[in-house]
Amino acid sequence: MTIGLEHYLAVGAMLFCIGLYGVLTKRNAVAVLMGIELMLNSVNINLVAFNRFVAPADFVGQLFAVFVIVVAAAEVAVGLALVISIYRLRDSIHVDDLNLLKW
Amino acid sequence: MTDFVNFALYHAWLIPALPFLAFVLIVFGLRRHEKAAAATAISLTGISFLLALGVAGAVFSRPELVEKPLVYSARWFSMAGLSVEMGCLIDGTSAMMLFVVTLISTLVMIYSTGYMHGDEGFTRFFAYLSLFAASMLGLVIATNFLQLFVFWELVGLCSYLLIGYYYYKVSAREAAKKAFMTTRVGDFGLLVGIVLIQTFLGTMDFVELSGKLPAFAKEAPVLLTTIGFLVFIGPIGKSGQFPLHVWLPDAMEGPSPVSALIHAATMVVAGVYLVARAFTMFSVAPEAQHFVAYLGGFTAFFAASIALTQREMKRILAYSTISQLGYMIMALGVGSLTASMFHLMTHAYFKALMFLAAGSALHALHGKADIFEMGGLYRKMPWTAAFMVIGAIAIAGIPPFAGFWSKDEILVMTKLHGFTGLYYLASVTAFMTAFYMFRMVFTAFFGKENPENHPHESPVSMLVPMGVLAVLSVVGGLVGAPFVAKGFGYWVRYGAYHHPEFHADVAGISVLLALLGIALAWTIYGAKKVAAKDLAAKAGFLYTLSYNKYYIDELFQWINRVFADGTGKILYWVDLYIVDGIVNGLARLTAFAGERFRYVQNGQVQHYALVFFASVVFIILLSGLLGVTTAGVQSGGVAG
Amino acid sequence: MNFSPIAIALLAPIVGAMLLIFIPKDERRLIRWIAAFSMGIALLLSLAAYFMYDFVKGGFQYTISIPWVKELGITLALGADGLSLPMLLLTNLIGFSAIFASWNIDKRTKEFFILLLLLIAGVMGTFVSLDLFVFFLFYEVVVIPIYIMVIIWGSSKRVTKEYAGMKLTIYLLIGSAFLLVGLVALYLNAYPAGQRTFLMSALAQASFSESFQIYCFALLAFGFGSLLSMFPFHSWSPDGYAGAPTAVSMIHAGVLKKIGGYGLLRIGVLTLPLGAKFWAPVIALLAVGNVAYAGFIALAQKDLKYVVGYSSVSHMGYVLIGLAAMNVIGVNGAVANMFAHGVMSALFFAMIGWVYERTHTRWIPDLGGLGHQMPRVATGMLLAGMAGLGLPGLVSFVPEFTIFIGSFAAYPVLAVLAIAGVVITALYTLRVLANVLFGPRRAEFDDLQDIKGPEMVPLVVLGAVLILAGMFPWYLMDMVNAGVQPIVDTVLAKVSQMTALGGGVK
Repeated sequence: MTIGLEHYLAVGAMLFCIGLYGVLTKRNAVAVLMGIELMLNSVNINLVAFNRFVAPADFVGQLFAVFVIVVAAAEVAVGLALVISIYRLRDSIHVDDLNLLKW
Repeated sequence: MTDFVNFALYHAWLIPALPFLAFVLIVFGLRRHEKAAAATAISLTGISFLLALGVAGAVFSRPELVEKPLVYSARWFSMAGLSVEMGCLIDGTSAMMLFVVTLISTLVMIYSTGYMHGDEGFTRFFAYLSLFAASMLGLVIATNFLQLFVFWELVGLCSYLLIGYYYYKVSAREAAKKAFMTTRVGDFGLLVGIVLIQTFLGTMDFVELSGKLPAFAKEAPVLLTTIGFLVFIGPIGKSGQFPLHVWLPDAMEGPSPVSALIHAATMVVAGVYLVARAFTMFSVAPEAQHFVAYLGGFTAFFAASIALTQREMKRILAYSTISQLGYMIMALGVGSLTASMFHLMTHAYFKALMFLAAGSALHALHGKADIFEMGGLYRKMPWTAAFMVIGAIAIAGIPPFAGFWSKDEILVMTKLHGFTGLYYLASVTAFMTAFYMFRMVFTAFFGKENPENHPHESPVSMLVPMGVLAVLSVVGGLVGAPFVAKGFGYWVRYGAYHHPEFHADVAGISVLLALLGIALAWTIYGAKKVAAKDLAAKAGFLYTLSYNKYYIDELFQWINRVFADGTGKILYWVDLYIVDGIVNGLARLTAFAGERFRYVQNGQVQHYALVFFASVVFIILLSGLLGVTTAGVQSGGVAG
Repeated sequence: MNFSPIAIALLAPIVGAMLLIFIPKDERRLIRWIAAFSMGIALLLSLAAYFMYDFVKGGFQYTISIPWVKELGITLALGADGLSLPMLLLTNLIGFSAIFASWNIDKRTKEFFILLLLLIAGVMGTFVSLDLFVFFLFYEVVVIPIYIMVIIWGSSKRVTKEYAGMKLTIYLLIGSAFLLVGLVALYLNAYPAGQRTFLMSALAQASFSESFQIYCFALLAFGFGSLLSMFPFHSWSPDGYAGAPTAVSMIHAGVLKKIGGYGLLRIGVLTLPLGAKFWAPVIALLAVGNVAYAGFIALAQKDLKYVVGYSSVSHMGYVLIGLAAMNVIGVNGAVANMFAHGVMSALFFAMIGWVYERTHTRWIPDLGGLGHQMPRVATGMLLAGMAGLGLPGLVSFVPEFTIFIGSFAAYPVLAVLAIAGVVITALYTLRVLANVLFGPRRAEFDDLQDIKGPEMVPLVVLGAVLILAGMFPWYLMDMVNAGVQPIVDTVLAKVSQMTALGGGVK
């Protein structure tokens, strides 16, 4: 059998679901951030795969993936900084405790 | 002379305009100048009187005006399908009315300079009187129903203002309100009638209407009768016919000159005049006309029966006015415009005279109104007493006084036109009229003096107008007497001229009844051969009923309180708790929903993310489903 | 660009408001006079526009047209015809009087007059704009000052001023939300993309399907109807007037309400004739509800402002039934009655304002015999009351009579019921007049001063209009007719054409 677009997409979807699962269920803020990273990476896989199979001539997909990687790096930096400062303030990085913005 | 007559004829609009000018001048310049205000009002109304004489002269010099009225008018407002004009309509009837109204207005104004002397609202009084004269004269020369209605309402306003002249008195205030309100009920009918006339006949003009009505009567007799009834509701209110007469006795709260001018001689006859103006309509709608006749006859009798037991001088006169108005309305109903207008004219003379005389007496007694607290006034007030007696003889119908000729004509016409029942009723009423009038005269002006009273004769300014009216009350009826060729009936008539006939039986019976009434009054109240109290006790139930005016006031008050106020309260409750309740309920529902839904905002980021993702999935699924459906429809459309 | 008095009249209060921003807030006299002066200019210009209107030419005059947002087809177009000129004049008469009726306001004088001028400008703008978008914009401009003015300068009686302000504003906004949907639907359905325009004249020429007309007219009728306090969407009106300061009550009852009737005719009936024809009987029925229901409720009121509030609801019934008649006579009467009611309700509210300012009560049983101490106020109230009950010789008789004639042709039974309303009106009006003005002198009011100086302006201006327009009705009726006749002719032509062509195009 040949590896086609569908296989890449299936891997991407699985990765996305794992990431989503992590984001929705983990109580540790760092784990939530990691879940987000997984979701972003699944998107990267899709972008590259689409680029390869749909329009191999130009590099828009790859370009976008690089962009996403850059943004993700920045996001992780900001996100971890936030987590650290929250930890300093509240002695916890448990997301259940971070519900100040409620009704 | 001819120049003046012609000028008056073609400038008849000046007759109402001059008193209006007086009103404007007084309001905007002479409010603090009593003498100047009175002089302005009297002189301008006096000029109107001269012009009215000129108009009358014009009618005499051109007999064709009696059948073909002179009409000129100007546009008031108009649009496609509705055009209203204001103007003058001059014929015998309106010329007569102009004469009577300007005459009485001028005399009453002169009288008022004496009567109202020293009153703090002196100029206000003259302003109102001028406005009233202007409105009434505008009503008289109306060329169409709407113009008549406009001035009809304005005289109502003046009546309201003048009844409530002593506005600090609660009784005056309530009487004014009642007068306006009661006539308003009548105006509602009149207004609906006018709307119907305009809608179905396409015009409100009197002259045009009389051309169109006969054909219309054949086409739609039921509709015409309805219109007739509706229009007649107006006069029921304005001319104090049963059951809307209740305001007129209360209207005596106004100063006596007002009672003389408005509630005896001029405004209250506006209703009679309206029926006369719409005479063509009633003459082709026999059911409506018969209703007019019977209601008039009934009112005449009914009001006289109340007048028998009243104690206040002006109230007795007021009920007598209602009764006499009933005569006029009845005369119109039996089909005699002439008789009605004739009685209108003579009644204006003698009833104005009696009210002014009553005013003179009340003025001297500082407002004491009960006739049983008066007595023997003729010693101190000979002129006033003489005038009152003249008035009473005139209204009782003793020849050759004015009232005799006009009342006789009404009785003759009622009998001739086959209304035998009404004829008897009217004759009995004549007897009662003589009785209650002389009951008042004997009690108040003769007999023992009341030592508490210190009456004095009124000043010349009050006596002179009364004198003029007294002369007219004596001789004013001769113009319509049967032995005069081309008398009153020739100039004021509807249809062909009939020379008035003298019926010895009718005249004899009515004079006999009147004398009988006077004699009875003398027996009870003059000579005191029979005690009035015993009679009252014997009459018992009937006496109570009459003394309490048949409890009609109470009935209206009950309707007012229970129906109007009750409905108002119920609907207010509905408005507050149902209509507004729904509005506030919606607001509260919104607040409540917010209160509940805010817990969704629980601060858990992961919750939000879950909702977010679930929504995305849902939307994707939904768009997939919808896409399938659309495709299905499209393919189905192609297949079909 | 040619000289347009209405554009300058519209600018005058705006310029006045901008000037006021730079005046120190303690200069109360100067602030008042600037406000009065700018409204005086607007009033004079609108009078000039009214009497310079060329009847031979007809149609919209003094027009100005500046393209604004071309992509959406929005034009800043102003102009006036026989329908808008009486409304424009009314706005300025009442606006001018309202300035003087607020003469004694000491609390935040500067802000008050700025907001008042903006309010007047907003109302004026709706009457002279020829573009639907601009119309709506001005309409929304009106809402904001009203809310603030009621909340800050209002008075709390049966309901608090906050409640009154909220109710007034929310009702206006709900109405305008429905309106907005209707207007956008009109805009989108009239022409294909690219040719779309908000110009009323263009929209009026577009043809819409009958079903669209019916549902779109329902939206407009709800929006404009609730603004006109159509039964049962009227409950904001008495509470709102009771809570509002005098000037706001005057403007709201006097002119703001009339935007409802004006819009219903100019936008609803003219562009959607079939929809109007479909809904007319319903509106007529609700109109009689207004007349009778609110009339009876006015009988049960003890607060002066509530009496006038409910009476105003009742009078709007006449306007609605006249519009619903959809014939020249009825619509003429309806438009003229909007003018008439504006003048008299503004006068009534101004007089109540003076009474309240001096006695600090509006509770009728607590008042009485004011004719002794305040004869001028009494005169004003008497005039307004008499006009309210339709006395001939005052402004409202001719319009009401015209409405009766016009509506009788369309709905005989309802018209007779509406005429019966004059009896109820007389009953509550006479009661109020008797209980407040007449009766024995009350010692507690003896030290009260009658109005004088600038305080007389509302009485003089509005009273004069009340009498003059009543005695010489052709000045009003001819102008109204010049605006109404072409509209009704167009509408009737469209209705007969569409029913003749399609029969039941659905």
